[in-house]
Amino acid sequence: MNDSSSLPAPPPWSFDPRRLGRLGGLAGLTMAFICLIGMPVKIDTVPLIERHLSRGYTSLVWVPIVFGFIVASQVVLEGMQARKRGLGDIIDGTVVGGLGGFLVGVLAWLINNYDIRDPLINWSPALYDFLTFSKGTGFAFFIWTALGLGLGAVGAGLQVLPAAYRRMATWPAIAIVSVSVLEAAFSDLLENLKLEFVADAIYAKQRGVTVKGAIILAVLATVVAFGRDRVKTLVASANANGTVLPGAALLDNVAASTRKKISTALVVVAIFVVPLFLGRIMHELLANVGLFILLALGLNVVVGLAGILDLGYVAFFAVGGYTTAVLTSPFAPWWTPELPWFVSLIVVMFVAALVGLIIGAPVIRMRGDYLAIVTLGFGEIIRLLFLSDWLSPYFGGAQGITNIPGVELGVTTIKGTDPRAVFYLVMVFCIVAIYASWRLENSRLGRAWMAIREDESVAEAMGINTVNAKLAAFVTGAVLASFSGAIFAAKAGSIFPGSFKILVSVILLVVVIVGGMGRIAGVMVGAAVLIGVLGGPSQPGLLQEFGEYKLLIYGVLLVLMMLKRPEGLLPNVRRSRELHGDELTQDVWIKAQIEMDEEDGSATTEGEVAPA
Amino acid sequence: MSHVLEIKDLNVVFGGLHAMKDLNFHVDEGEIVSVIGPNGAGKTTFFNTITGLVKPTSGDVLYEGHSILGLDPNQVTALGIARTFQNVRLFANMTVIENVMVAQHCRTSQGALSALLNTKAFKQEEREIREYGEKVLAFFGSRLVGYRFDQPAFVLSYANRRRLEIARAMATKPKLLLLDEPVAGMNPKESAELTALIGRLRSEWGFTIVMIEHDMSVVRDVSDRVVVLDHGETIAQGDFDEVSNDPGVIEAYLGRPLENAEDNT
Repeated sequence: MNDSSSLPAPPPWSFDPRRLGRLGGLAGLTMAFICLIGMPVKIDTVPLIERHLSRGYTSLVWVPIVFGFIVASQVVLEGMQARKRGLGDIIDGTVVGGLGGFLVGVLAWLINNYDIRDPLINWSPALYDFLTFSKGTGFAFFIWTALGLGLGAVGAGLQVLPAAYRRMATWPAIAIVSVSVLEAAFSDLLENLKLEFVADAIYAKQRGVTVKGAIILAVLATVVAFGRDRVKTLVASANANGTVLPGAALLDNVAASTRKKISTALVVVAIFVVPLFLGRIMHELLANVGLFILLALGLNVVVGLAGILDLGYVAFFAVGGYTTAVLTSPFAPWWTPELPWFVSLIVVMFVAALVGLIIGAPVIRMRGDYLAIVTLGFGEIIRLLFLSDWLSPYFGGAQGITNIPGVELGVTTIKGTDPRAVFYLVMVFCIVAIYASWRLENSRLGRAWMAIREDESVAEAMGINTVNAKLAAFVTGAVLASFSGAIFAAKAGSIFPGSFKILVSVILLVVVIVGGMGRIAGVMVGAAVLIGVLGGPSQPGLLQEFGEYKLLIYGVLLVLMMLKRPEGLLPNVRRSRELHGDELTQDVWIKAQIEMDEEDGSATTEGEVAPA
Repeated sequence: MSHVLEIKDLNVVFGGLHAMKDLNFHVDEGEIVSVIGPNGAGKTTFFNTITGLVKPTSGDVLYEGHSILGLDPNQVTALGIARTFQNVRLFANMTVIENVMVAQHCRTSQGALSALLNTKAFKQEEREIREYGEKVLAFFGSRLVGYRFDQPAFVLSYANRRRLEIARAMATKPKLLLLDEPVAGMNPKESAELTALIGRLRSEWGFTIVMIEHDMSVVRDVSDRVVVLDHGETIAQGDFDEVSNDPGVIEAYLGRPLENAEDNT
């Protein structure tokens, strides 16, 4: 704080029309893009807040807020004071938002006067009515510009506010939007907890949250934000004064590792207990999420630990699924041993490992981009083989294999009709996968993988047989994917080549990247958030009405993550260092210089003599 | 006594560039040999050929009397030849101790299965790997031990990175150590200290050492023999004083005296 006064003053706020124009234009284009992909009209049927705000308009109004927020942000240069945010920033935000809003008006005018519905199917009267509130083009110009001005100012205002107050403003908004959008999940949970009255109070029965509910949520979120802030300041001041807060001693007595263990145990218990209070649709969703978590954990070994960019990971998922189908289904076209699922699983493991070896042996000698392309090819080849007429006497071609019995457990049979049991089965296998990843990561083999990821030629020069080590990673990944395939086959009851499209590999990679490559918790969170909320390649997520735009959102998310947070939501410490290397190099260099000086200093003062 | 390393009529050709020309070279057990030469003389190619990164066009490389030509780099390391790199190439995001632990890969054997089952043998081996790693790091005094073990390699100062490179090569338990410019970029005090350490590498650890180095004070202080390369050929060898007064060497480094140049034109 004190030395900031000695730093050079930042440049004062200045009016920069080019920057404002650029961001305002971008805001307008973003909204026009959202309009023209048809999102607002399509999801306009469900309100966000009963009778007051529809989801359609929500899909647009966030844009000026975000762009207002961006225009008011600033890059604080090292060794410079941060500029104090003020009225100038709010003016900026207002201009940007207003310009964006005005451009939406222009869009409405264009729709009214020109017809290019041929290429752009959403260039429609419905969109015109939506944008003009059925009140004509002039009104559209007025209302969108006004909205843009206001919301842009709000966005910039959020920047100007101190962080604590900003949270009090943003948390309620986030709370209302997420509670409203996730109505299906919450009302299901509340119903099974016999708390229907809460659901009735918040939700207007498939019509968004009620006004009352929105107010309750906003108040709750504000209180939580405020409380969090208070606690933080209390702790900070207590630390500063050296006084001990009641309860702090209790926490201090528990070692950090124990605390971590306790929280992990709580999460595990929650994962197993919460599904008991959910309905069928949620179980179905959880089972799908579980399958993807299992797949992502496997891909994490390959991509995250060993650094092999495998774009054809779905191949092993397919091999697991098809092997299970052939071994268990009475309807398999060629050979029907009708083994019990658990017996077949052992065979599946070996088959997957073998296929991993066969595909891996030629592929693994390649590096980087070449390897990625070749794995992409092999992923498709496997699917096309299952689809081909040539192998259809064995695997049924496009008809696939049906009547796959579930998992016989003596007392019950786990299959698709009971998604909750499938979820538990998947979770058991996830635990196996997590244990395996964790043990391997801290072993001789895991260290070799990391070394290969860091620098393959040096790893080889240090005595690591890189081909063997990479093959081991490939095979481990293949076996983990085959588990998921085997459960998938038992769950779905039938299996078709169409379930193993390249998209599965791509989405899995997005899951691993968004979650945080190389970190187990990150990968699980990534799968839960993306597959659970948005949905998998052919599985619906919580936001079913966004299903059509799923891939678009995946793409946008991937680009944003790559730009802003390449290490993922819950990063692996090592990986994040790799990705932010450039930024860190300078700090490290400075640190190293200081250290070197210190070392020299201490060496001379202690009179240390270089040993002869 | 047979040579630890013997190179016979080695030729390496990259396209039109003759990087090594009929090179003959040998190291005896316990020797410290320095390889010097101007930039582009082929010194690093020489190392790369020994460690299997570059396949020679003709000639032979014998290690303890057996040809190691055509072996992969990891097999060469397993035989007992370890190297460092000119442009420090540590596993920057692995910790200091992990860097020396991973280098013991070819001396250890526990596989995936025993890691999964956490067997007694696995735990025993992990402990040994760690202990040996700590021992190797302790060789460099207090610089790479204690809290340093669990720091990622990239936070180390430049000199410490160089030390860790050597430690990593030592951890592969070699007989022959190839050091590629071990003191490059160090200040005079640090390089003097490292020179002493290189001497101790031979006396205490029993390594035979081949070293590429540009710093002549280091070369003078530590080497038994100096080999000068230029354009892939040996132009001189012998002890430091002989080599440093050799007219051919001076010419390779500094160019010909003016009157000779005039003679040619």
